[in-house]
Amino acid sequence: MIAALAFYVFAAILIASAVMVVTSRNPVHSVLFLILAFFNAAALFLMAGAEFLALILVIVYVGAVAVLFLFIVMMLDIDFVQLRQGLQRYAPIGAVIGAILFLELLFVFGSWQFAPDVATLRLNAVPADPALSNTEALGRLVYTDYIFLFQIAGLILLVAMIGAIVLTLRDKPANSKRQDIAVQLARAEAVPLTKVPARTGLDKLGIVRRKLPEAPKPKKVAHEAHGHGHHDHEEGGHH
Amino acid sequence: MDSFLASPLGVLIITVLQSLALLVPLLLGVAYLTLAERKVMAAMQMRKGPNVVGPFGLLQPFADALKMLLKETIIPSGANRGLFVFGPMLTLILALIAWAVIPVNDGWAVADINVGVLYLLAISSLGVYGIIIAGWASNSKYAFLGALRSAAQMVSYEVSMGLVIVTVLLCVGSLNLNAIVLAQKTVWFFIPLFPMFIIFFISTLAETNRPPFDLAEGESELVAGFMVEYSSMTFALFFLGEYANMILMSAMTSILFLGGWLPPLDVAPLNWVPGPIWFILKICLCLFTFIWVRATFPRYRYDQLMRLGWKVFLPFSLIYLVLVAFVLKLAGWLPA
Repeated sequence: MIAALAFYVFAAILIASAVMVVTSRNPVHSVLFLILAFFNAAALFLMAGAEFLALILVIVYVGAVAVLFLFIVMMLDIDFVQLRQGLQRYAPIGAVIGAILFLELLFVFGSWQFAPDVATLRLNAVPADPALSNTEALGRLVYTDYIFLFQIAGLILLVAMIGAIVLTLRDKPANSKRQDIAVQLARAEAVPLTKVPARTGLDKLGIVRRKLPEAPKPKKVAHEAHGHGHHDHEEGGHH
Repeated sequence: MDSFLASPLGVLIITVLQSLALLVPLLLGVAYLTLAERKVMAAMQMRKGPNVVGPFGLLQPFADALKMLLKETIIPSGANRGLFVFGPMLTLILALIAWAVIPVNDGWAVADINVGVLYLLAISSLGVYGIIIAGWASNSKYAFLGALRSAAQMVSYEVSMGLVIVTVLLCVGSLNLNAIVLAQKTVWFFIPLFPMFIIFFISTLAETNRPPFDLAEGESELVAGFMVEYSSMTFALFFLGEYANMILMSAMTSILFLGGWLPPLDVAPLNWVPGPIWFILKICLCLFTFIWVRATFPRYRYDQLMRLGWKVFLPFSLIYLVLVAFVLKLAGWLPA
């Protein structure tokens, strides 16, 4: 009873937030509603007993993909008035395309031949062996029967990644200045290191800065002591 | 009585009590962590630190909390009001709900779930939303820059953190946090996986936006980064969230690498000490290191931070992961 109630609550919020993704005026709000939709989908996974999938959904989509979405959308400079005018113009075309897609899906679904044991398989979304955890059951399937599909999925992602890198890779201009940390660290004389024993100041080591001429003393400032250590260090560096 | 405890209402009451038993000490810990940080940093810089409110300044956190409570909450007129308030709330909520799966002793977790590590990783990857929402909703340049920096930084370091966790999981063969601690009965993982332990610790520094990776706040360039527009309780929530996250990450480090509640050696005087005490001691050790790092290192430059995450940690942890897998496979140590 509670489970059924929770299912309807999650499903309702999922659909509502999916609708809000499309209809909300502010694109940032859209992405936030998308995140809400992901969360509710994860909750539905959890209720189906697929805890591993639920958490992976949250980690991958909410924790990484949606962060990048939000990142990009927040940086976009969008004129909302212009956006709304576009809506008026393109709504009919969008509706036509949507209707065609919907009809095609209906045709496909109508002529779909289900495998004979699909009904029983659907009931066993959770592994039949209770000793086997959800994660293990999934791992045994993915890394044995479906190993090639799994690897191909990885390869497709790799291709997408290489494509993105190729698109953005530019030859560096010849005169570009780059930081080479190894070279910097090799210049030992540039940064003299001083071992200071604990509980002594720099004063006692003889690394004291030159005494400033006494005469034109500026008016006394209360926090003169603050700058002390700093200056000593800088001056010490030049010697 | 037993039947009442098994009824839905009984389960609810028990869960609430368990959560309180965990969260009240946690929030007290957060309060005293702020004091400890100031005291330890003061000692390292040859100062005294807070010593006026109460004996040794022990009441200082409560004085600070009261001050925060009594100040006025200012919401900037250009801000997105709902999200502006939601950001800090989200930060604290995420820092607290992650504790549901942390085992403080054998089996002592509010929810001892099969995929505990994944849950922790998921929650910690959500932490970025509090910051990014706050930065955007403030409608201020500094806050927005801080939020963008923080988002890029946290996503980058999560990748190597994930690989480190996978390495640990290879040695354990389970995603359950309890099982991870029990797998360290013979040797704590920080010994065989020492480089990964270092990478994980540095990544937790970056994940919690602590110095030397506190570019999201970067007071010298961004004023206070994403929290620049926040005041009073909304600011206090961020503050609490940051410190609760520090404790959480320390708890994660001690569970994954320092043997959780296990004593260092299973011999007479050491194993008389109850497990939670060991766990708290290890958390304190990690927290001390957090503070020590803050007092020691200057802030990273942003490109150095990105370089460290993507070009040093990611390849290194990937290679080490493959290496560990090979060693486990060849030596036949892979857990069943």
